[in-house]
Amino acid sequence: MDTSIIVEDEHRDDEGSKLGMWLFIFTELLLFAGLFIVYGVYRYLNPEAFHLAAQQLSVSVGTINTIILLISSATIAMASSSIRLKNKKLTLILLISTLVMALIFMVNKYFEWSGKIHHGFFPSSDTLHTLGNGDTLFFGLYFFMTGLHALHILVGVVLITIVVVRVSKNTLTDENPVLLDNSGLYWHLVDLIWIFLFPLFYLLT
Amino acid sequence: MENHSESHIVPYKTYLYILAALIALTVISVAASNIEFGGFTVFVALLLASIKSSLVLIYFMHLKFDNKILQILVPLIFLLVGLVLFITFLDYNFR
Repeated sequence: MDTSIIVEDEHRDDEGSKLGMWLFIFTELLLFAGLFIVYGVYRYLNPEAFHLAAQQLSVSVGTINTIILLISSATIAMASSSIRLKNKKLTLILLISTLVMALIFMVNKYFEWSGKIHHGFFPSSDTLHTLGNGDTLFFGLYFFMTGLHALHILVGVVLITIVVVRVSKNTLTDENPVLLDNSGLYWHLVDLIWIFLFPLFYLLT
Repeated sequence: MENHSESHIVPYKTYLYILAALIALTVISVAASNIEFGGFTVFVALLLASIKSSLVLIYFMHLKFDNKILQILVPLIFLLVGLVLFITFLDYNFR
């Protein structure tokens, strides 16, 4: 028996990592589900105010941001395939496109929020005090839910940046793509939440 | 022992088709929001959002090619959310 070669087998459990990521995603889904229920109840109790307040939001900005997030989700999903096909260059291009899309989303969000704040629609503003409870609730939920979502985008940007660095250093390859897959799962979650935020805040006027 | 799972490599084309479908559904939901459905407006918007999220879950999040336990757990989470939503509204409706 040849003992001259010592095979070092690093212990890894990719199925376990993925399951762990999914369990984390479940907690995230329940967190946002709770907020959606709060939104649903207050919309039910203040239909008129929610109807009018939602008209303050720009449908076109919301639609553009939706499409940006959908494209970024597709690019990171494709990166999971391209790393397995050993195409490092395409993987990097796809990951960086995802990052660029995330940044465009955040820039849009910045202009959207500063526009709202400029018009006096921000939590505990004088404008909202004069408008009453329904509008205060709508904009409170709007800023909290899209803000929490934007926070998730920023975390995703950090995560994907780490993946980009590791792919370019060849420490993340087709042999161990689980970090890329899990970052992808997280990014799809961010997309998933936005798919519900968009109609509820922008479209139901 | 095999460390990395032999996962199915999804062709790029599949993702592009799903992306096209998702964008089309987004455009449809924006167009539908301009039509007056009365009480069904919320229902239509949520139905379209549910179709979109199913596409993301099944294809982008790989559930179609994943193991059985996830394929059972994920719908259960959404069922749980739906149930809590239903019970909450029962409470508010018949208070």
